[in-house]
Amino acid sequence: MKPAPFEYYAPKTAEEALQNLTDLGYSGKVLAGGQSLIPAMNFRMARPSALVDLNKVAELAYIKPTAEGGFAIGTMTRDNVVEHDASIRQKMPIVAETIGYIAHPQIRARGTFGGAEAHADPAAQIPALCMLLNAKMLVKRKGSERWVNAEDFIVGPFMTVLEPEELLAEVVLPPLAPRTAGSYKQVSRQRGGYAQAATISLVSLDDRNKVKDVRCVLFSVGETPILSKYAAKVLVGNDATTEAIADVAAYVAKNECDPGTDLHGTAEYRRQMVEVLVGRSLTEAVARAKK
Amino acid sequence: MTQLVKINLTVNGVQYEREVEPRLLLSDFIRHDLHLTGTHVGCEHGLCGACTIILDGQSVRSCIMFAVMADGSTIETVESLGTPDHLHPVQEAFMEKHALQCGFCTPGFLMTIVDYLGDNKNPTDEEIREAIDGNFCRCTGYENIVEAVKLAAQKMAAHS
Amino acid sequence: MAERVFHKSILRNEDPQILAGKAQYLDDIELPGMLYAAFKRSDYAHARLKSIDVSEAKALPGVIGVYTAEDFGDLVKPGPLQVPPPTAIKGATYASRTIMPIVKDKVRYSGEPVAVVIAESRYIAEDACDYIYPDFEPLDAVIDLEKALEPGAVLVHEDLPSNEAAHVIQERGNYAEAAAKADLIVKKKIYVDRVAAVALENRGIVVNWDDKAQMMTIWCSTQSPVTLRNATATRMGLFENQVRVITPFTGGGFGPKINTSMPDDVLLTELAVRLKRPIKWYEDRRENFMATTSERDQVHYAEIAVTKAGEILGFKDVFYHNSGAYDSYMMTVPLNTQTHTVSNYKIPSFYTEIIMVFTNEMVVTPVRGAGRPQGVFVMERMIDAAARELKMDVAEIRRINLIQPDAYPVSTGIIGQDFVEGVLDSGDYPTALNKVMEMIDYKNFREVIQPKARAEGRHLGLGICTFTEGTGVGPYEGAKITVGGNGKVSVATGVSSQGQAHYTTFAQIAAEQLGVEVKDVKVTTGDTGAFAWGAGTFASRGATVAGTAIHLAAVKVKDKALKLASQFLNTPESELELVGGFVQVADLPDKKISLGDLASKANPMRGTFPPGAEPGLEAVAYYGPPYGATGAGCMAMILDVDAQTMKPKIERLVMVHDVGTPINPMVVEGQVHGGIQMGIGNAFYEKIHYDETGQLLTASFMDYLFPQATDMPSHIEMDHIENPSPLNPLGIKGVGEAGAIPTPAVFNQALEDALYDTGVELMESNLSPSKVYTYVQKAKGA
Repeated sequence: MKPAPFEYYAPKTAEEALQNLTDLGYSGKVLAGGQSLIPAMNFRMARPSALVDLNKVAELAYIKPTAEGGFAIGTMTRDNVVEHDASIRQKMPIVAETIGYIAHPQIRARGTFGGAEAHADPAAQIPALCMLLNAKMLVKRKGSERWVNAEDFIVGPFMTVLEPEELLAEVVLPPLAPRTAGSYKQVSRQRGGYAQAATISLVSLDDRNKVKDVRCVLFSVGETPILSKYAAKVLVGNDATTEAIADVAAYVAKNECDPGTDLHGTAEYRRQMVEVLVGRSLTEAVARAKK
Repeated sequence: MTQLVKINLTVNGVQYEREVEPRLLLSDFIRHDLHLTGTHVGCEHGLCGACTIILDGQSVRSCIMFAVMADGSTIETVESLGTPDHLHPVQEAFMEKHALQCGFCTPGFLMTIVDYLGDNKNPTDEEIREAIDGNFCRCTGYENIVEAVKLAAQKMAAHS
Repeated sequence: MAERVFHKSILRNEDPQILAGKAQYLDDIELPGMLYAAFKRSDYAHARLKSIDVSEAKALPGVIGVYTAEDFGDLVKPGPLQVPPPTAIKGATYASRTIMPIVKDKVRYSGEPVAVVIAESRYIAEDACDYIYPDFEPLDAVIDLEKALEPGAVLVHEDLPSNEAAHVIQERGNYAEAAAKADLIVKKKIYVDRVAAVALENRGIVVNWDDKAQMMTIWCSTQSPVTLRNATATRMGLFENQVRVITPFTGGGFGPKINTSMPDDVLLTELAVRLKRPIKWYEDRRENFMATTSERDQVHYAEIAVTKAGEILGFKDVFYHNSGAYDSYMMTVPLNTQTHTVSNYKIPSFYTEIIMVFTNEMVVTPVRGAGRPQGVFVMERMIDAAARELKMDVAEIRRINLIQPDAYPVSTGIIGQDFVEGVLDSGDYPTALNKVMEMIDYKNFREVIQPKARAEGRHLGLGICTFTEGTGVGPYEGAKITVGGNGKVSVATGVSSQGQAHYTTFAQIAAEQLGVEVKDVKVTTGDTGAFAWGAGTFASRGATVAGTAIHLAAVKVKDKALKLASQFLNTPESELELVGGFVQVADLPDKKISLGDLASKANPMRGTFPPGAEPGLEAVAYYGPPYGATGAGCMAMILDVDAQTMKPKIERLVMVHDVGTPINPMVVEGQVHGGIQMGIGNAFYEKIHYDETGQLLTASFMDYLFPQATDMPSHIEMDHIENPSPLNPLGIKGVGEAGAIPTPAVFNQALEDALYDTGVELMESNLSPSKVYTYVQKAKGA
């Protein structure tokens, strides 16, 4: 299980990296944390002909507060740096809660926030988290940049809107409204393993405890993370009663996800788990928002 | 015309300069180029934890890093801990609690635990299990390893 | 008197070296000029190999050679049987089709090698594999055990009339008569699926041919070094003493490393001689899943015949056993299933029939448990099924059927893997059951804890099962013990070690006799240069069989030392004792001579040597048991199940075990802990999946779930009972497989009990939450 040979580029600045990507075009691939890419290369399931290693590009690893009260996260920021950032923990506890489910600490020490987003694994936490938080993606290419909403960034399993010469440079997490809380729930065969089904909910309440806003994202049960439309439709403006949540959970499981049968579970089981998890995560998020 | 890349790094306090092929896995570099064979290779896809080392102060998998990515970094492997005659407290605890059998996974556990106990001086059983969850052991059933981590924490508290 | 060191938890001699990262494992070996091997393996499970193009691969820089079947001439033929056929069993039929070193015409399992590359590095060798182009004609794969035997089925071996590899029927008493007398007969179909051994260190071999000395040295992480040496010498036309097999530190064995005459050792020994350069192959994890042997899949049709009171009158079991593509290891696994199905219960009539089947899957050879978990799973699940019908308590139905402590030795009437009738040498099964019931507070659980939990909507379930573990089988092992001039003791034996603490337990056995410190005994295992007779490390036999040989050799050395010391100390032998590295006069401890001095005197360089004497404080001894020593035990488990997700948490796990006299109780507990981890894995996490074309779907740890620390109970509560085996002077029984044997049966029982309100019945091992969910839905009629 040794990787096939490749050309190697180790730029020291973002500009250099963008130049490398422009020069290489379709034959170039970004090496971020490598925690998904290198295993795939060891199996020779991935055989990039050239890698642009961003690990020396110090300017791409940062967490900065934004003027609006959110956070801008440089693409090469390690998962565990985001996970343990005191300010993010305080303002958006759902971020650390979610990242805590990514594999094991050794992987989170190398894996990067932007790398996971750009990898677009349907079973990965960070793309779902970005969708949940309505994150904005800063995409750069040599000489220009553009912003893409999280919901538009991922277009299929392991597929994003990124062109070969483009780089996801930064992810901006907008601030949360007051009285907002989240909850992450998953069913996986083992701790740290891939989710068979997973849900992250984010609920904002008004001062009468009616739901002001709700975002409920499912992942690992379709080709991309899925934002439930039904949850918002039923819950916004209303009390999040047990019955209402149960209605959302049942509807979402039946209509808004598309799990398949794999080695570890049938589609029926995974669909049923979506119902269980949506129920549990919405209930917990509401309870937390009330505190 | 194999591309070779020059790298500089410090392993167990010794500075090395080497030229390596970009695809060389860090685990192979440590084992076969530096002849530090205490770091073991069990899966080469980042799951079993046998190859765990400490890189710039954090435990990581050396089998899913290229050696070139470690350029400029500081690494500790199991050989940095103790010698057979003067074991590190975590190693002593492993021996006293019978926390190893075949010993193949052991260096990976030791590096995970040394990193973990640096930040967590007095962990509960449950926290210990979560901390070692990314290291596989086929021989011990893990219970004696949990016991060893608790004992190691006590030993380290007494030493400090 | 010397302090006793036998039967004592002594810390391990080998630990400091391992812990410091200084133990040498196979892949740590580097020799000057070493080359590296990689195998090009077939992706198809069943296909004709029409041609193979290796020209591009050969042209890659750094590639020394690429070899296919046509390069190996006469070497390409079926290898030797690893285990004899079951001729001792009347009426048994079998077809032996042993493993081929490389595919010549037809691929029979996915992963079978079609070419081998030798290159300057493993990286380059793997590159070359990508440039090898085999032309395959795919064939339908034989996967389903029962369909494989239908008329017209595709044949794995086309020279055979069917895919039946063997057929063995054994019966004691008369099942048909027992069934006629029974109040109730319960029939069930039961599945057990396949698992991998998953030693953390993969397999591997380093071969060095010294052309000037005409000597081959093989380093191999083998469980069977003597067999590897002998097979290599025989195949290559060498004398046995021209081949030395050295087993380095080995990262776990668990069964599959017993195999020799595999593609790797056959082809690489040949190529090392041809190329006159050392060659290394260290298997990677994907290869380990694909092409290292594995075990467990069987389909059972079982019947239990009971009275209203729950007395078992008869048991019938007809089962299909998957042999995989070849059957080099013959019938060890299914014969163990037969012997372990009824072993601890007094069942007058027992009919058991093995139908062994060739399939296009990896070859089956023992994995920790080796057929025993299946036998116990079938029996225990059937007892539960009977208890359910009879509305009996699951512990009570077991209690009334257990063999009683005054019954030993018990002849089972069933011939086992060692080709003699199984005899239970000793034990006390009721005490084990009672102890477990006390420890888990059985009565209180049933009467208070469980009803309360159920009232609260919690799903708590308890499982309790008993089992035996046939261990320590023949043929024999031997040992050589030498006292050095340094006063320390060296022990060499033919078995090899994979982490079982032999460097300590064997030292304890020798030290006990010779009165030296355990740390002053250096144990060498698995080096044919040090000791070259023996069978290997399998069937939980190392401690029992090699351990007894070591004891016998130590007694001989002790006798020699006493005899010699008697001359120098002018004291009769009967008044001497060995203490602290000296032979001393019991009443006058100052009158003594060190073992080191005695060892030197026993090898006189000048002067006379009495006729008939043997030089050295050294002795060799062998031990072969008439039949194996049988360990036994009882396990109980409490599960707390999330009835929505079907995720169980093991609240408690209690085990009482009988290993006879433990050499080192700490080591025994460690063995049981490890076995339980594998048992929990087998019950709920681990499973090798092949699809209908024979493709392996679980070739990584992403898909093959290895039990982690958080999958295990927080504490394994254990107690021991000691019924020494009368078969050996130390009273030892084996323990290596104990934990793995009962766990899946206990787990399923507990899970059913937890999900009582669904009425679900789980007659399949290797479950998952999804599978349990499916069974529950079915039980609910949904």
